[in-house]
Amino acid sequence: MLAMNYRGPYRVRVEEKPMPVILHPEDAIVRVTRSCICGSDLHLYHGMVPDTRVGMTFGHEFCGVVEQVGPEVRNLKVGDHVLVPFNIACGKCHFCQQGLFGNCHEANAQATAVGGIYGYSHTAGGYDGGQAQYVRVPYADVGPTVIPDWMDPDDAVLLTDVVPTGYQAAEMGGIKRGDTVVVFGAGPVGLMAAKSAWLFGAGRVIVIDSQDYRLEFARVFAHAEVYNLREIDDMAVFLKKQTDSLGADVCIDAVGGDAVGNGLQWLLGTKLKLEAGNAIALHWAINSVKKGGIVSIVGVYGPTGNIIPIGNVVNKGITIRANQASVKRLLPRLIEHIRLGHINPKAMITHRVPLEDVADAYHIFSSKLDGCIKPVLIPNAA
Amino acid sequence: MSKAIVDTASIPGWGVDADPDNDPTYPMRHIENQQSRGLTWDRPAQQRPDVEILQSIEHNRLPAVIGTSTPPAGLSGAIRRSAFRRSESDWWHWLLLMGADRLNVVEGVVQDLARGKVPNVPAELGWRSELRHNPAGMAKKAGVVVALGAALFAWSRQGRSGRAKPHAREGAGEHRDHGDVTFPRY
Repeated sequence: MLAMNYRGPYRVRVEEKPMPVILHPEDAIVRVTRSCICGSDLHLYHGMVPDTRVGMTFGHEFCGVVEQVGPEVRNLKVGDHVLVPFNIACGKCHFCQQGLFGNCHEANAQATAVGGIYGYSHTAGGYDGGQAQYVRVPYADVGPTVIPDWMDPDDAVLLTDVVPTGYQAAEMGGIKRGDTVVVFGAGPVGLMAAKSAWLFGAGRVIVIDSQDYRLEFARVFAHAEVYNLREIDDMAVFLKKQTDSLGADVCIDAVGGDAVGNGLQWLLGTKLKLEAGNAIALHWAINSVKKGGIVSIVGVYGPTGNIIPIGNVVNKGITIRANQASVKRLLPRLIEHIRLGHINPKAMITHRVPLEDVADAYHIFSSKLDGCIKPVLIPNAA
Repeated sequence: MSKAIVDTASIPGWGVDADPDNDPTYPMRHIENQQSRGLTWDRPAQQRPDVEILQSIEHNRLPAVIGTSTPPAGLSGAIRRSAFRRSESDWWHWLLLMGADRLNVVEGVVQDLARGKVPNVPAELGWRSELRHNPAGMAKKAGVVVALGAALFAWSRQGRSGRAKPHAREGAGEHRDHGDVTFPRY
């Protein structure tokens, strides 16, 4: 089969790989029909995530048709068209039982601090991902969900990560009616966080990014006030002026370690890798939220350390909430939001690229070329 | 920049998920329903690894399912094994893995060459799309690379000719001039 193949930072290609096989009684093999490149894939692509091995196949946002099931799979059958949450979750462990499907304890041998994630380095379990024609799906009775007949597969594939991650970012913000919410990052997750903030009753949603085309998209798609960080001298002062000098009620970091906007963080985090990525968005979130406010983090950082003003977290009484999205927990509600027309995720898809052109797709997304918001790979077998 | 305040009544679904009970402790809400705590759940069947799996020393047992992509190999694999003797809390664990990742890139090129494949690096870097969507940027990058290359070449030439001069004079039978000291020819 054809699969994306990581060769090193900024270098990927498509290559023949052996077909995946059932390795566990609860496995399924899925023929991929759509697979997105996620903003967090760019952290891998940029060489920022430790234990990203040459030869691995990325891809944690995909949907497809069940081709084969293991002997203990009960809920899926061959031919089902399923969306597959990016979390690999057993559904039984201490954490899954709390609804923390992003923190499953039975899916990642290499680390305890991260759950299992498809195609996201060995730090997230060492599973090949869905940017391929076929993929092995463990715990097939737990995560994969049959796509409703009425649902567009383009919406379905975005339910595997982007939509629930953005929604959970807003949920973790504990938004109350009328709150002012600032979202750092106008990538797909930031867009969904901004969109979801309204569902929780936000009174005002502000989006910050460095790309005008993305901000324009955020203004229309997410009804947000938008500001380009390159036109702002001091983020904390600017946002306090925007919020009667107290600061925002909720700040959401939807950027993670690939942020821009600070030379020192760029040097230490992005280039020298002495930090777990450039944490300037988180720095701004902490310093721009009001005292007693909430900072919600869904941006991805590496597992080491970052320079952030933790003293201000203490002195301002800020609550920090963060996690990988618990996709399975959120899916029923999000499917309902799509059915009712509250959200329209597929509007974010700007590029459809054959799997064979995966290197071009990564470069376009990484370099923010051609107005790219969200690229979707279409494998040959689809 | 946009400062327009939005009329929330115009937003589909505004406030439908507003939940006054959405407090920051929500992940712990269901913990009281669990019959027991700790490593006591009814475990899934254990996948038997058919490749080498490096396991975090913070795990007291192998998780039930495991990823089998790209097992550790070569010198980078040896470094990874060494990293996994340290906990996730140890900075060296991660620094060693990052170092192994960089070495692994070189190993990947060697593996390609060993099987007779010359990696098409420009294609892997996605330069075709850069040319298509950002030709000016591509030209700028190419210009910088050419300028740096030319400067490097000129510097190396200058260095070589600078080092060659004394030898030329020696060959011509002249005195070797080392600063203020002049050595006679023997």
